[in-house]
Amino acid sequence: MDSRRAPRTVIDPKVRQVGFVTPGAPPARSHSIPADACSSPPRAPDFTLPSNSLSPVMIPPARHASADGIQVLTRASAPVPVPSTTTNPPSPLRRDGVQIPIGSYNPSESLGTSPMRSPSSRMDGPEFSEDMSMVSSSRLARGSSAKAAAASFPGTNTEMMAAGKVVGNVVPAKSSLTTASVVKTLPGLSDKGDGSLAEVHGEAAGVAKPLKQKTSRADRRAIQEAQRAAKSAAREAGGGKPSGGTVPANAAKGEFGKPSQKKDAASVSGANVVPEKKVADRPPEKERKKDVPHPRMQFDDQHRVEKAKKRAVVNQSEARNRVELFRHLPQYVHGTQLPDLESKFFQLDQIHPSVYKVGLQYLSGNITGGNARCIAMLLAFREAIKDYSTPPEKALVRDLTAKIGNYVSFLIECRPLSISMGNAIKFLKSRIAKLPHTLSESEAKFTLQSDIDRFINEKILLAEKVIVRHAVEKIRNGDVLLTYGWSSVVEMLLLYAHESNKQFRVVVVDSRPKLEGKALLHRLLSKGLNCTYTHINAVSYIMHEVTRVFLGASSVLSNGTVYSRVGTACVAMVAHAFHVPVLICCEAYKFHERVQLDSICSNELGDPDVISVVPGRKDLDHLDNWAENENLQLLNLTYDATPSDYVSVIVTDYGLLPPTSVPVIVREYRREQLWM
Amino acid sequence: MPDVQALVGDFVLKLKRRKVEGSHASARQTAELLRSVVSQQRLPHAGQAAVLIDAVRAVGEQLIAANPVELAVGNIVRRVLHIIREEDLSSTTTAMEGLGLSVDSDDDNAGEHEDRPALSAAAVAAAARSALRAPSLHTLLEDIPESAAVPHSSSSGGDSEGKSKSADKSLKSRKLKHGVIEAINELIQDIDTCHEQISEQAVEHIHQNEVILTLGRSRTVKKFLCAAKEKKRSFRVFVAEGAPRYQGHVLAKELVTKGLQTTIITDSAVFAMISRVNMVIVGAHAIMANGGVIAPVGLNMVALAARRHAVPFVVVAGSHKLCPLYPHNPEVLLNDLRSPADLLDFDEFSDCMDFASRGGSPLLHVVNPTFDYVPPNLVSLFITDTGGHNPSYMYRLIADYYSADDFVVKRRSTS
Repeated sequence: MDSRRAPRTVIDPKVRQVGFVTPGAPPARSHSIPADACSSPPRAPDFTLPSNSLSPVMIPPARHASADGIQVLTRASAPVPVPSTTTNPPSPLRRDGVQIPIGSYNPSESLGTSPMRSPSSRMDGPEFSEDMSMVSSSRLARGSSAKAAAASFPGTNTEMMAAGKVVGNVVPAKSSLTTASVVKTLPGLSDKGDGSLAEVHGEAAGVAKPLKQKTSRADRRAIQEAQRAAKSAAREAGGGKPSGGTVPANAAKGEFGKPSQKKDAASVSGANVVPEKKVADRPPEKERKKDVPHPRMQFDDQHRVEKAKKRAVVNQSEARNRVELFRHLPQYVHGTQLPDLESKFFQLDQIHPSVYKVGLQYLSGNITGGNARCIAMLLAFREAIKDYSTPPEKALVRDLTAKIGNYVSFLIECRPLSISMGNAIKFLKSRIAKLPHTLSESEAKFTLQSDIDRFINEKILLAEKVIVRHAVEKIRNGDVLLTYGWSSVVEMLLLYAHESNKQFRVVVVDSRPKLEGKALLHRLLSKGLNCTYTHINAVSYIMHEVTRVFLGASSVLSNGTVYSRVGTACVAMVAHAFHVPVLICCEAYKFHERVQLDSICSNELGDPDVISVVPGRKDLDHLDNWAENENLQLLNLTYDATPSDYVSVIVTDYGLLPPTSVPVIVREYRREQLWM
Repeated sequence: MPDVQALVGDFVLKLKRRKVEGSHASARQTAELLRSVVSQQRLPHAGQAAVLIDAVRAVGEQLIAANPVELAVGNIVRRVLHIIREEDLSSTTTAMEGLGLSVDSDDDNAGEHEDRPALSAAAVAAAARSALRAPSLHTLLEDIPESAAVPHSSSSGGDSEGKSKSADKSLKSRKLKHGVIEAINELIQDIDTCHEQISEQAVEHIHQNEVILTLGRSRTVKKFLCAAKEKKRSFRVFVAEGAPRYQGHVLAKELVTKGLQTTIITDSAVFAMISRVNMVIVGAHAIMANGGVIAPVGLNMVALAARRHAVPFVVVAGSHKLCPLYPHNPEVLLNDLRSPADLLDFDEFSDCMDFASRGGSPLLHVVNPTFDYVPPNLVSLFITDTGGHNPSYMYRLIADYYSADDFVVKRRSTS
């Protein structure tokens, strides 16, 4: 599609400029550019440039206060959550940075009222994000009242309102909040609406400056109202709505923002451009911020642990004899949670039964493996969404997001999330946030369910098949393939290669305590594959005869580190020492932008008791009652990090990549996901 | 003589059935067996040493064949052969001394007269050995003519014996045997006390708050760590359990009772943990002449990980584990494949392991090796009862303990 293409090409240079721009961000900016170009070609470059290079130096000191003030105002006036911001905490600084450039650019602009508008709309975004978490009807009410006030303003308001309604708002309450809606629509529109919006742009650019100077509340409010008026005026000028067809398309693609409720507003078009531009500017920073992985909970922080405990659904007691090095990771006495949870099964208030079930399955270890856990979780969420109904006076988007958040924290209590699950949750939340406002509840639920299905099918199941197709080309007749533990993709690969009549032998390396290799061995043998089974200590014995090593991964981090079942690093290391190529099979949805150098800072601790018992070896009872001795600790790590130089190639659904290309995929993939 | 044969047969059987395992046990028992072989051996008047060597060689050959992988057996056989040669040498020299300088080799023995008064043969041998341990220019100079003189002296010994036949023949034969037995006793004692000597050095290598990783269980390592602990060092130990025998559990328990902070990890977590480890201390099955180590399975992996993170990889081993052979394809040739039962329950996969089906090649093979070969470049240091050594120095130590003629025990019998 044109719309997609064009922005990209424009974006590229910008991305470079910014350094680590989030994938999502660039497109947004690009949109703004075309719009500018149409209206006033010379200005366009200016505009983009400053926004990219937000230099703190440029920010005048006074601005801060003013920005905040505006925020307050905007809050009052526009209760509806604006673009995308759910995940990003609003940061005044960032906002300011954005604003400044705009203001500076268009000094020439002197549309008295119009300037205000754009900033205010911008402000809405962050503010709302804050609000998102606590959806309050009172807010809405306030917003509407503010609306009314705005309406009283000269002429254009009514028009605005009309525009908002033109599309036909499903939710009456929201329809009144035109400004907010406009803002939201922007992202969607951005692709298409260039021409008509041009004038608006100019206005928007002008806005920033005046804002800085404002200090008094009244002033600010006045400004805001003026803005609104200007916006509506702009709309008029823009010449009404862009074609209805474009709007939905945009919404579907919606880059960042969550175009959530406002399809209608989008359709209104002209006026929207302005906010859009601002939105476009803002997201980069936000996104960038978002990019920095959320700091994980550190369990050596007593204070926070206490807090977390109070919130917890699951009662669990800390394991004894913990390893000092891993204090920062949670470790609980295994099995203590289960009975408690089971007893609660029939008195669930907040947790959907299907989610609960999955949680218990995680806890008991019935579901393991990155893909299986992820699919189980998504299916449970799907069920939960199916049974979901929006409580009165709440917005589906916010309430559902909160609900999902609850479920997730419950699942985390059962077992720490895998990175793949984190990515899937991120996807789901962004889908929820991006739900078009016009959808009825049942439609929205249906959309979400089909989104989940699509994620499972495309990102997991289909991706596995694609990986298998890619990887099977690397298997020659007479090969001896080594694999470690059990990876679903590798299993599929081996079976597929066998079905396609390749002659090869498989070495299954296994290790305690999970002995997942045994399960793999069973399945391979039942299909008639020629297998050799050994334990991880013997890997350097067996490596002499091996020609290829295929390994699965729990995640691939953006520094090329492969985060996988503990022991993978050992196998890869030995293979490397014996000059045997190591191929990592990993779906791209498991890639993550986090970086990690060792296996200690972030990991998951398994149940230490399983180490003390060796199944089938009755004679090994030396560690009975091990917990009674304070000097003895048992460490059951779940993952380890394989350095990227041990990895020859990573096989993903995008093809075969060197580990150095992972960050590229992470970036591109993120963008694609947002478009999806 | 017959009861010796019975003893030998018994021990051979034990070795074959792997009833005797571990280099310490087999080394000790081999030495004891050879001692009785020597003591039972009836010696002729002429060429006593050769007879004794042949007898020990014959027995040694059987023992080595019984378990070629247990290199300690071969080591002890070679050590005993070396002892006999030394005793023979010293007894000849003393005999020659007794005879006066009249014989033939004044130039050869000129130097020896000063530092070799008529000591007991055992004492001389011990002195020679200890002198060899600390290589100096002096001993090196002395060493060369001595070894060169070995074949010569045995023949000349015969000559001189012929000359002084009647004089102290019986005395001398008793003396040789006595000396050998004495030396073997000393060897046994060495084997028993090597742990103490090694662990004495522990404090020199372990500092306060050190983090040490080991895999499986080695008695030497245990004593080494405990000795450091007794000297009031406090440090923590990561013990990899060492599949498939899981002796790490035992070691951990023993260390904990000594009050050491011990953490058991799975073998697969070695790579994850090694970045936080200051030193890897492991035991060995045998040390080869090139400085490579035949070690419990899994240690190659540990050594590679240690190399990756620049963690010193220290091998503690008694000198009876020092093998004068150079390894060739040691992963295969010096390895023992054990029962699959360690890894899999028999009933679980037995149908897949049926050699009768599919024309003798079953679907499933289970590989369960006992040993790993750690190449010398991965080893940072050897700590033996004679001190710390570089891998590259091993060949020199070997020259001290063994005579070059004995490297291949079999040769004499086959030729």
